[in-house]
Amino acid sequence: MTLFGVRFVFLATDVLLWLLAAIVAAYAWHAGRQEHLRAPWREVAKRPLGMAGAVVLAAYAAVALLDSVHFFPRVESGGKAALAAEAVSAFDVLVMPLKTHVEATYSAPLASYAYEKESVDLPGGGIAREYPRLRYGGAGLGDPAREHRRDVLRRSTIGFAAGLAAEAGIACLVIVAIARRRRSSVGAAARLVATGGAGLPWRAMLGVGAALCAFAGIAAALGPHYHVFGTDKIGTDVLYQTLKSVRTGLVIGTLTTVVTLPLAFALGIAAGYFRGWVDDAIQYLYTTLSSIPGVLLIAAAALVLQVHMAKHADQFGSLAARADLRLLALCVILGITGWTGLCRLLRGEAMKLREVEFVDAARALGVRHGAILARHLAPNVMHIVMISVVLDFSGLVLAEAALTYINIGVDPSMESWGNMINSARLELAREPVVWWPLAAAFCFMFALVLAANLFADSVRDAFDPRLRRDIG
Amino acid sequence: MIAYLVRRLLYAVPILLGVNLLTFFLFFVVNSPDDMARLQLGERRVTAEAIEKWKADHGYDRPLLWNAGAHGAAALTETIFYQNTSRLFRFDFGQSDSGRDIGYDIRQRMWPSLAIAVPVLLVELLLAVTLALVVAFFRGSYLDTWAVVICVAMMSISGLFYIIGGQYLVGKLLRLVPISGYDHGLAALKFIVLPVIVSVVGGLGGEVRWYRAIFLEEMSKDYVRTARAKGLTERGVLFGHVLRNGLIPILTGVVVLLPLLFLGSLITETFFAIPGLGSYTVDAIREQDFAIVRTMVFLGSVLYIVGLLMTDVSYTLADPRVRLE
Repeated sequence: MTLFGVRFVFLATDVLLWLLAAIVAAYAWHAGRQEHLRAPWREVAKRPLGMAGAVVLAAYAAVALLDSVHFFPRVESGGKAALAAEAVSAFDVLVMPLKTHVEATYSAPLASYAYEKESVDLPGGGIAREYPRLRYGGAGLGDPAREHRRDVLRRSTIGFAAGLAAEAGIACLVIVAIARRRRSSVGAAARLVATGGAGLPWRAMLGVGAALCAFAGIAAALGPHYHVFGTDKIGTDVLYQTLKSVRTGLVIGTLTTVVTLPLAFALGIAAGYFRGWVDDAIQYLYTTLSSIPGVLLIAAAALVLQVHMAKHADQFGSLAARADLRLLALCVILGITGWTGLCRLLRGEAMKLREVEFVDAARALGVRHGAILARHLAPNVMHIVMISVVLDFSGLVLAEAALTYINIGVDPSMESWGNMINSARLELAREPVVWWPLAAAFCFMFALVLAANLFADSVRDAFDPRLRRDIG
Repeated sequence: MIAYLVRRLLYAVPILLGVNLLTFFLFFVVNSPDDMARLQLGERRVTAEAIEKWKADHGYDRPLLWNAGAHGAAALTETIFYQNTSRLFRFDFGQSDSGRDIGYDIRQRMWPSLAIAVPVLLVELLLAVTLALVVAFFRGSYLDTWAVVICVAMMSISGLFYIIGGQYLVGKLLRLVPISGYDHGLAALKFIVLPVIVSVVGGLGGEVRWYRAIFLEEMSKDYVRTARAKGLTERGVLFGHVLRNGLIPILTGVVVLLPLLFLGSLITETFFAIPGLGSYTVDAIREQDFAIVRTMVFLGSVLYIVGLLMTDVSYTLADPRVRLE
């Protein structure tokens, strides 16, 4: 599709991710208008830790969604406008300096000299072994030994201040909005926000937002002139790599659920409601699947898929499309091996519900099975579904790293935290130690998983405190 | 109870058949035996005769599921599926694609796996139960809140970081133990320490939080209130009642894992170069040795079913109210 002079490409996971975002938005709109759906979410919104996690999750989601709009940009070559050979994402455009500033090899965070000595031609003839200047890191400095520290400090202070100023602006907007809503003075609204009496735990949310904005500000101020997290073996900016990994992690965490849910939902409810041979068949299915240790089944399926894809490489267009399909296939495999737990829970709940009086009444009145399932059973098991979706997310993000390590995860050419950790093993053995790719992957992954865990805990507590035992 | 156990064992047969059917579909239908032969013999410069010979050597020269050329029962038995499945059910694992005896390899490699997995299980259980009990004792205090926060933070770190961090800190900086490797007999001890510590620390956050929830659940029950009302000290309540009753779900949750200890941990063993079954599987995945992966899947599900059975039995032992029928 061509629009605004650029040609858009739709990778499979792009489409699915945006579709999922649309579904979440539609659900939010729907839940906002129904009191019984709104009530548990209001409980979630009261918890500071959970909402702080939600803010972080939203920031990650924004990066992932921006990174899921791919197109061929227009480039000027020899006076003629043409489409670039490689597709970029909207996020790439936003952080273009990070993508294009590629060094020769490793360089430490914020460094202006390379990691290894190289033979350099001296101006007066002859060759010396010394650390060469980086092509981009600190390129604007005349004499790094003298100016480096001052320049970094100056830029990061400006970035930090700009980030905090942006967050202060957001805080002002929030306070004004609250003041208008409550028809009170701005000062009173500010006091409410500061003391935590304004409905949402704004203090925690704005605090986390300030941390995010400050980080983004510093990264934006230093990014075009230095490598904030250094560069990796082939000279790619590590910050860029880890930001691109956000999308991979989120795709695994969310799209897997898209595969899991329909299976677990339909089969679980059907087994619990119909009993008899339907129940036997479905039980046999999930007992068989769940009796294979998860990793082994995933390994078996991924191995077969890899061999299959390698053999039929010609069927998949570009390398990027192939890597993308492999990512999608990994989600499908994780989904197919992961639906049994939720299915078992839903079956049990449906079995309880089918004996409840209102279901009896509906049956006595001659309501068809399909209608009973859709109108009476499905809405009453939704809380289990919701809890399991948010609880599974962080586990899936962690699983990606582990699976990629044993060679059955995402494509090696795709940016992912698993691939970054994988290469870190050899980097730690180097002298001096190359620690920054591992540190970057650790920070970004930890923040995402911690936020997801905190948010999931809030959702679980709000939706059903009694379930705490069952899902653990 | 005997009748129950026999029935459950008979149930296992169709489930294992299903497992085999699934792996068979994955390994033989999606990728034909011809593909496997080509993969093992090298993609290029392979003659049709060489492929036929490789297939005949591995017993893959029969039809997949249904032998139309044979008569009577032989139509079913003279197939790859039947031959493979019946061999697996007799625990005769045959040869790997590269020609090694899988059964021998498994018998050799299960001991290093156990040497890591058993200490991990014991230390982890002891440590996690103790910590959870302490946290539950101080419930509602700052200690409790912070303990839960630390647990969640520990859960949020990928296991890979614990391994890499542990190797770097203990193995490289402090030089206390070798970074990786294995030895036989008592000399193995120095290789075992680090993987055990790393695995225990990696799993601790989740376990402590979970056990704490179990203990708190137990503490809110009526009999605990009665015991307190009758003047029992808090310590007496905790050790005399809460611990004993809380251990029932914890121990029965552990029982299902016991048989799976043989398989070891894929990630830990690979990182520490332990020659156990976990790294065996990972190597097979990397070398795309289908026969080994298939065997491990089968073995894994057998052990899991045994674990479930042991769980049921342990329930009756731990809780006299439960009767198996």
